[in-house]
Amino acid sequence: MTETSATQVPDGALPEGVERQRMDVDIACVGFGPAMGGFLHTLSQGLMNEDGTPVAESKAMPGMPPQVICYERADDIGFGVSGVVTKGRGIRASFPDLDLSQIPLATEVKHEEVVYLLDPIGASRRPLIMRLKDAFLRAVGLAKNHAYALPYIPNFLRKEPGFLLSMGQFNQWAGGQIMGQGLAQIWPGTPVAEPIMFDQVVVGVRLQDQGVDKNGQPEAGFMPGMDIRSQLTVVADGPVGAVGRHLDEKLGLPAGNHAREWAVGMKMVVDLPEGCELKEGLVLHTLGYPEPEIFGFLYVYPGNIASLGIFVPSWYDSPVRTGYRYLQHWMQHPYIWKHLKGGRMRSWGAKSLQESGRKGEPHLVGDGFARIGEGSGTTNVLTGSGFDEAWTSGVLLGVSVLELLKDGKPFTKDNLTRSYVRRRRESWLEREARAAEKARDGFQVGVIQGFIGMALAGLSNGKAFWPGASKKPHERIPSLEEFFRGRIPIDEIAQIRKECTHKGLPLHGALMDRLGWPAIEFDGQLLVSHQDALLMGGKVQAPAGYRDHVTFKSRNVCKACDEKVCIEACSGQAITTNPDGGTPLFDREKCVHCGACIWNCSKPSPQGGEGANVSFQAGAGGLHSAEN
Amino acid sequence: MKGLQIVVLGSIVPDPLQTLEPIVGPTGPALKNEMMLPAVLDPWAGHALYEAANLAKKVEGKVYLVALGPKAKLQQVMMNVAQKVPFEIVVLDGPAGGFTDAAETAKALAAGVEKIPGLDKSKLLIFGGWQSASRGTGAVLQMVGELLGVTDQFQGVDEIKMADDGSFSVLERIEGGSYQQSSCQGAPAVLGWATGSLPEPPNNPQVGMANMRFIMPALQKATPAPLAGAGLRYQSVEVPSQRRETRIVKDASVDDIAREIADWIRA
Repeated sequence: MTETSATQVPDGALPEGVERQRMDVDIACVGFGPAMGGFLHTLSQGLMNEDGTPVAESKAMPGMPPQVICYERADDIGFGVSGVVTKGRGIRASFPDLDLSQIPLATEVKHEEVVYLLDPIGASRRPLIMRLKDAFLRAVGLAKNHAYALPYIPNFLRKEPGFLLSMGQFNQWAGGQIMGQGLAQIWPGTPVAEPIMFDQVVVGVRLQDQGVDKNGQPEAGFMPGMDIRSQLTVVADGPVGAVGRHLDEKLGLPAGNHAREWAVGMKMVVDLPEGCELKEGLVLHTLGYPEPEIFGFLYVYPGNIASLGIFVPSWYDSPVRTGYRYLQHWMQHPYIWKHLKGGRMRSWGAKSLQESGRKGEPHLVGDGFARIGEGSGTTNVLTGSGFDEAWTSGVLLGVSVLELLKDGKPFTKDNLTRSYVRRRRESWLEREARAAEKARDGFQVGVIQGFIGMALAGLSNGKAFWPGASKKPHERIPSLEEFFRGRIPIDEIAQIRKECTHKGLPLHGALMDRLGWPAIEFDGQLLVSHQDALLMGGKVQAPAGYRDHVTFKSRNVCKACDEKVCIEACSGQAITTNPDGGTPLFDREKCVHCGACIWNCSKPSPQGGEGANVSFQAGAGGLHSAEN
Repeated sequence: MKGLQIVVLGSIVPDPLQTLEPIVGPTGPALKNEMMLPAVLDPWAGHALYEAANLAKKVEGKVYLVALGPKAKLQQVMMNVAQKVPFEIVVLDGPAGGFTDAAETAKALAAGVEKIPGLDKSKLLIFGGWQSASRGTGAVLQMVGELLGVTDQFQGVDEIKMADDGSFSVLERIEGGSYQQSSCQGAPAVLGWATGSLPEPPNNPQVGMANMRFIMPALQKATPAPLAGAGLRYQSVEVPSQRRETRIVKDASVDDIAREIADWIRA
């Protein structure tokens, strides 16, 4: 890994005799998830007239219907990550006759619970008021299995009537429907490097170079990333996608907006043990454990299968915030473990969630581009819902694009504003996002204030909230010494750091052991090592011929960094301690492309701005499980 | 020789590292949750396809892929494969799980080959995998050749060299890590490929776009190939046993690593 990040080979440096190819299409789409599903489904439904003629002629291929191409970074359209519980209003509007039995692992929501988990170990970092509350619950006998099920679930958190889905299986199903219509092509295994921009006009995208070494230098079979020129580029590559973030860097966000709140969602799909009492359609949400800031979920699919996991947010300020070990402690909480013990991991995965919601909304449109989905700020941070919102944003764009095509209007910023942005502003999506906009501000101050703020916002429809000013992610992270003050002496932290660095290990294991978290007793089927989770659950793979997509902007900054949160928080153990010190090591073949390294870096970018010292770009490979 | 018609027989298998669990379904043995598992083109067939495309480029030939598998899964897999090399496809909508009868499979595939418009058997080369990641009978390709009346057959092929007059030589893997070199006067012939020598081609969007003009209509016109499996009975089905122990040992010498591997093989 070098100080200068591995980049695309520029046109002027192409090997002799090698030319960058170019292809013209009408609409180039980036990223296939629920938002793109909504867009392509809606577009495909309306692209042909009843008499079989297209509603508009392709400009790229005259005489043909508009040519619509979607490029997905992952190796299959079913490799997305998320256990989904949704009211499904947008999905049901798109598929009025939706038959959930046609989508594997889908089922109706039948029962919901919100459970407060007490700490059965005594190792979590709970504020005094929480410890008093725990003592009270125990004293009055309300804490059964170290948990207290809330007697009332406020409406803003309820999902009934709704349904449960596996993101991977839904994407496969939706993708099949779209491709079956033959009006849009979805190409997986094709990372898009960046948008092609002239000033502020987007004229297409450039694909990732292939046949290069880890530093991006041409090798045998070199093929420079192709330029895909288009009238419209639809950006739905999620919160950590290369195209969306490139646009944010070039154009900035609208005044007052920022995308600073994040969480890593780490999850498993589990074969529940025989005789498990959990019933199909159960939706269980937890709070309070393994740390007060960490939320958990467990959804029961058909066939005695559960999707479960935790969210580790950016406002949990620990510099050693490991998702994987916390997931294992959460699973072993007595209230959860009584159902899971004897189960078997089928799948595992992780992703970053953009938790700023409406506040993180970028410029939704510009000349030649439009943005949909999570990267466009659709996630509702009050209801904890993002799937249906993303789908709906795609539908709204689909309707708008059809309108512009029929009217023969170009995809200018003005036209897209009058069609797509107007529809979005008038939709339930916007109305609910506005109510949620400040719901989580309280977490900037503290976890108790965060919970109170959410309740206030939810019960007042966003009129009341607990205020809190946000910080850039790297500004939040304290030093190890500061975070563990009063719990682990500075000398001992130094000794642990020295020993772990020498062994090439992250720090979180030793520090959590020191704080009293019990060692994980692996059972080989559900409780397994992190590396086994990658193989057995995530089936993580990466094709040869692509450059390292995670690099570090300044070696000196890494050298001076004592926290190296990027290592601690890496979901795939792809970023590891360099025993020689300095820049951490990166193993592309273990990366699950969750993007947690983007916001888990405690040092600002040498170039300034919102970013940190980690550079995360488009890359191939990752998870190969279609059940997440 | 110009105008060769190279027909590759290949289907899909579960994506690597998936957990495979045999079950007994209503129609016999099957893999648990098979339709939920992500799939890829059988790697052995993949080698054959890339070699076919390479040869077709040299001799101005044309490549056809005859694929027997569930239509929905084939559609999904083709969105990866179609970016690699140019080909046209014949889709046979049927099972691809590896539990089908070899003779029945061969019959369906041979019928699929016969349906290729303008098929000229004097210019026909049948390519396929010598082995398969889903079944290892090594019999299907030979039977397809017999059904089509193609008697020159080569298995375990790693190389083909085509002369201007249409004759060719092949290198076949034989016992003891050696190659057998054979000469053939020309098409028709069956070549069951080992790994060949070509890397997986990069994804080329232009190739993908061009292929899609034929692939989507072919998928829509897919012929059902239900493969009844009449008369076929399995005594038992199991996946090969796996044993995996993960250890991290730093600074081990090459000799130590070699010794450990040898001990493991002996055990």
